Amino acid sequence: MTNDKLNKNQIEDVSKFFAPENKKKNVETPDGQIIEVNPLSDYFSEARPKVHEPNSSKVVETFLNWARAESLWVLGFGTGCGSIEIPPLLTPRFDAFRFGVQMRPTPRQSNVIIISGYLAVKTLKRVIRSYEQMQNPKYVLALGSCTINGGMYFDSYNTINRLDKYIPVDVYVAGCMPRPEALLAGFMKLKELIKAGKAENANKYVENFDEYKANQKKIIKDWNMPDYNW
Amino acid sequence: MKNLIERLHIKYSLTDIVNQRDNFVYLTIRKENAIDLVTYLKDYEGFSHFVLLSCVDWIEDGKFQLSYFLNQPNKKFDIAIRTMIDRENAEMQSSHHLWKHIETYQRELREMYGINFPKNPRIEENFILEGWDEIPPMRREFDTKRYSEKTFFPREGRKTYDPATYMKDKLYPNAPITAKVNKKDE
Repeated sequence: MTNDKLNKNQIEDVSKFFAPENKKKNVETPDGQIIEVNPLSDYFSEARPKVHEPNSSKVVETFLNWARAESLWVLGFGTGCGSIEIPPLLTPRFDAFRFGVQMRPTPRQSNVIIISGYLAVKTLKRVIRSYEQMQNPKYVLALGSCTINGGMYFDSYNTINRLDKYIPVDVYVAGCMPRPEALLAGFMKLKELIKAGKAENANKYVENFDEYKANQKKIIKDWNMPDYNW
Repeated sequence: MKNLIERLHIKYSLTDIVNQRDNFVYLTIRKENAIDLVTYLKDYEGFSHFVLLSCVDWIEDGKFQLSYFLNQPNKKFDIAIRTMIDRENAEMQSSHHLWKHIETYQRELREMYGINFPKNPRIEENFILEGWDEIPPMRREFDTKRYSEKTFFPREGRKTYDPATYMKDKLYPNAPITAKVNKKDE
């Protein structure tokens, strides 16, 4: 049972980084009581993420995988230069919609996140928050050589080198910068993987949760959010 | 404008004047008088536009060089005021009261070079980096490649082969690798 809850002490340690709205405070209830509220533990769930089990029937699971592959809802989140390559996808010229790919404004409504290019440590923090809020089953598409080995920013003090150490990646699209056609090819590859039942990296994230968190906390030094963002 | 530079030289005893172009001149001045000179140019000489504030790290001399770039829109004339400050406990008089956007430049210099500007608003807050606990990254003693290798996870490069050795092993395993050269030809 102890493993079921996240470590509270870790949250206490970093309280110096908290924004004012995240600090402990006293709140008056409608019937006049005064209670202490700790936003990080009271407003967010502390439960760990769970593995998304496949359906027991293989026929049903194959059907579900086909359905998932045909509706990829992409989070409109741009990091780095690749965010310029995404808007042309939605124009009539490339028309990603014919493959069942569409953009969504919030992580709660989407199941694919495109990491489009170099990722600063500051942005990685926002990516982790968005990724964890997305619905299962969810997929990560990494665009450009910066997400593979750092690309031309391999020696930068502020951009990560390997994305797969921080969040699990399903498909890499190499290039600097890949053209929208390459991105479409990446989507086709992702659909292939989903239909074959091989795009199970969201479960890998859950199984190796502590390892991923250790890697993330190694570089995000002002960790002022819950360990898992529901 | 030559007239102006001469007057400034008498008034502030400039240490160096470099005429970069017809309409652009670098003036070097001691640290104590730098903000006085910027204020004078703004108030009396019509240099109403503050272009930028930049910094150069002269690590060999133990100095930071601050440059205040000013523009005179009517006469289309630019002046850059340079001043050298010590690298140890670097500190400079704040000039955020002259133009509002100097505030942002000074916060950036504080974060990237560690230069303190007392009384600048929000100078202690994070500007771009979050939770940075190393030496400021734009200082030249900061080794960015070593930091990157230590902090992030560098991916090993791919295997490479020397073409000559590779071809020899593949095609002619028994042949010598270098052609014999006669001493006469040399």
